[in-house]
Amino acid sequence: MSSKISREDFIRSIADLLRKAEIELPDDVVDALRKAEAAEENPVAKSQLQAILKNIEIAKKHGVPMCQDTGIMIFFAEIGTGFQPGFDIEAAIREAVILATAEIPLRPNAVDPLTRKNSGNNTGAGIPDIHWKLVPGNQLKITAAPKGAGSENMSSLRMFNPTESGNIKNFVLETIVNAGGMPCPPLTIGIGIGGSFDAAARLAKEALLEPLNAPMEEMETEILEAVNALGIGCMGLGGSTTALAVNVKTAHCHTASLPVAVNIQCWANRHASVVFGEEE
Amino acid sequence: MEHHLQTPLKIEDIKKLNAGDIVYISGEILTARDEAHARILEMDKKKEELPFSLEGGVIYHCGPLMQQTEIGWNVISAGPTTSGRMSKMTPPLLKAHGVRAIIGKGGMKGVTDALKDRCVYLAYTGGCAALAAELIREVKTVYWLDLGMPEAVWVLRVEDFGPLIVGIDAKGKDIFADVRENAQKQLGKQE
Repeated sequence: MSSKISREDFIRSIADLLRKAEIELPDDVVDALRKAEAAEENPVAKSQLQAILKNIEIAKKHGVPMCQDTGIMIFFAEIGTGFQPGFDIEAAIREAVILATAEIPLRPNAVDPLTRKNSGNNTGAGIPDIHWKLVPGNQLKITAAPKGAGSENMSSLRMFNPTESGNIKNFVLETIVNAGGMPCPPLTIGIGIGGSFDAAARLAKEALLEPLNAPMEEMETEILEAVNALGIGCMGLGGSTTALAVNVKTAHCHTASLPVAVNIQCWANRHASVVFGEEE
Repeated sequence: MEHHLQTPLKIEDIKKLNAGDIVYISGEILTARDEAHARILEMDKKKEELPFSLEGGVIYHCGPLMQQTEIGWNVISAGPTTSGRMSKMTPPLLKAHGVRAIIGKGGMKGVTDALKDRCVYLAYTGGCAALAAELIREVKTVYWLDLGMPEAVWVLRVEDFGPLIVGIDAKGKDIFADVRENAQKQLGKQE
């Protein structure tokens, strides 16, 4: 079955998807920020949360990116075994990034890691970073999650001894204390437990995309309460909400290892999805 | 307390500010982040003159998103970047130049002594770039565009730019350090 989308329409859709992700936060994230503002008693933190909510409104009203750090281009793609586009999807996504960078516009953030030379169009070796997953069905779902560096830089990974699972909570707390106000709290905290060195990090990043209003597991609630008891608050100026949510994802790992990754996301938990193709 | 300040800033302007106060700045501010700091220090070392003056100046830790039009540059989005990355480069920079205020986010470590009696650190809400862009009235000029758009030094004319929270005052009080210290204590209790 042909999935009947032209390359041109696909590129247009991906550029529009990026525009949506950069300008408008998902409803669950805005709701969580509103709740944090309403509950905050520290006047400085409250003023910061109000500025964030005002900023979200202005970005939406003027159709401009909510943050000047428009991120590094990360995509999650779930491709159905029956989805046959008839063109090189990766190349088309790359083209869409270049188009979106010029027309939204986006800040050119992609540089060579050593020479630091900026490519000028948000693409480069390995960028856009596209995470592929093969799934049953005839559809292609693409999620754009442009990631800012302020929060990414504060993320952490540790290879624990297998008997040390009791130290995971403390590792998360140390990571958050060390980060302080630098990653722009209130945060979403994605935790990947298990897998391997790289799989744990990938799980942590995927965990950031989970809805913030979904019921939390016991471990997630326990860590969230402990994080908020630290009193770091909005922007590290003190206050009751340091994190909006904690999402944990796990995978089986080698009996001799226990990888744990903590991926930190700033308040601007940007992501948007689009689906191509017909349901079966 | 709320203060409305006009650039160039005088020492007296900043000495009256206390940690936790709210400040609005009008006048000229210059963006500078990692690469611009490194170049300033490199030029200082070689005793070369900077193409711009930092006397009474305000440094904004910001890598803006700009758009070039036929008549010049247009600010699209211009929120603060993480100041912590500039922590080490800031004391030598303050020693050589009369910077009176640094605007950024997240605070800085190990700079309270360098700031004492000469400069304040003002926190602007991280990520609030659309809001900031509304308060930037004009892009006056740009230096060092060879460093790339985010790393260049942009000279911006602002009006009532804020609200900025005095995060570190010129008397040695640092809200971020107090919050960090308290968080460490809480962490100790949880262990």
